[in-house]
Amino acid sequence: MPKIKPAKGAPYARILGVGGYRPTRVVPNEVILERIDSSDEWIRSRSGIETRHWASPEETVAAMSVEASGKAIAGAGIDASQIGAVVVSTVSHFSQTPAIATEIADRLGTNKAAAFDISAGCAGFGYGLTLAKGMVVEGSAEYVLVIGVERLSDLTDLEDRATAFLFGDGAGAVVVGPSQEPAIGPTVWGSEGDKAQTIKQTVSWDRFHTGDVSELPVDSEGNIKFPAITQEGQAVFRWAVFEMAKVAQQALDAAGISSDDLDVFIPHQANVRIIDSMVKTLKLPEHVTVARDIRTTGNTSAASIPLAMERLLATGEAKSGDTALVIGFGAGLVYAATVVTLP
Amino acid sequence: MAATQEEIVAGLAEIVNEIAGIPVEDVQLDKSFTDDLDVDSLSMVEVVVAAEERFDVKIPDEDVKNLKTVGDATEYILKHQG
Repeated sequence: MPKIKPAKGAPYARILGVGGYRPTRVVPNEVILERIDSSDEWIRSRSGIETRHWASPEETVAAMSVEASGKAIAGAGIDASQIGAVVVSTVSHFSQTPAIATEIADRLGTNKAAAFDISAGCAGFGYGLTLAKGMVVEGSAEYVLVIGVERLSDLTDLEDRATAFLFGDGAGAVVVGPSQEPAIGPTVWGSEGDKAQTIKQTVSWDRFHTGDVSELPVDSEGNIKFPAITQEGQAVFRWAVFEMAKVAQQALDAAGISSDDLDVFIPHQANVRIIDSMVKTLKLPEHVTVARDIRTTGNTSAASIPLAMERLLATGEAKSGDTALVIGFGAGLVYAATVVTLP
Repeated sequence: MAATQEEIVAGLAEIVNEIAGIPVEDVQLDKSFTDDLDVDSLSMVEVVVAAEERFDVKIPDEDVKNLKTVGDATEYILKHQG
């Protein structure tokens, strides 16, 4: 029998560079309040959100991704032509096919890099990072670009007082490449499809082409509403705080890191109350820097962790070489947590 | 041993005090969590989870919305505690 030669991978993988793109338009709570009966104080106390960024028509999923990726590639100190694979996590690219990753790979000037999209909601960054680590260590790509990008303003019901204020737009990207030392820990990840209904799209796309639109939801002016993201707030809060704290602890344990060794905690930026409760449940020591980028970015799903990572490094709250616990969780329900060395 | 009504109210008062900073003496059977005690929907989840641990009881999400007052919660725990 002929012997198949395996690929030659790196001993370990690490995040080499991170980049973010936030749309130019900053939207304060006052704008949200034009459509819902609520208050700035209510929104801040329930979510922590003060402002968020909404993308313009020109700030497409691809355009934002290219901007964020350019910074990540520069930070990694490599050339785009060295990238072997591009993994894009998004739920708000509205063309079913082809994947948006191929356009992004081309616009960045990669050399025909493998490119594909994944759908893992707010856990998308961790899912992409896990795939990237595998590719680098296995040898199918030397450098992998992982992008989380969303235009959730397109999937927001501006007349729903429970979610109108919650979502934002943006892109975050990292370059994952070879390392001589372990710099990305084991991933603790999974799915709980029995809770699929707790975060979902209001109406599925196929309802729009059956011809019968009589039962589709309409807005206050009688226009058919575009699908939006809706959630069962209390159920999601309970799962996120108490079940995800356990997953975060498992990721620390799997990496052999105690919370005393930890420098930074970057949870998915879903809601500041979830973040605060997780910190309390995990009993994180005072010295751990906690990402609360949600205050000025809103919930950007797959983009939230790399965006928060980039901001912590840019402001100096975190530094290169710091040990960070990252955890994403959301629609699916899905989750992914791991410990990384910051680029 | 199962907790008495008095013990449950006292326990809930401690929990509400810790989570929402409400004085324990304000937590009475007829008080509404949201209207009287300033416990919002998310803090209510924290109260519920703490009560589950303390009184060895399961309070599913679909039942949480029926627990409007301290009395509702006390009765629920009395009926369902392990």
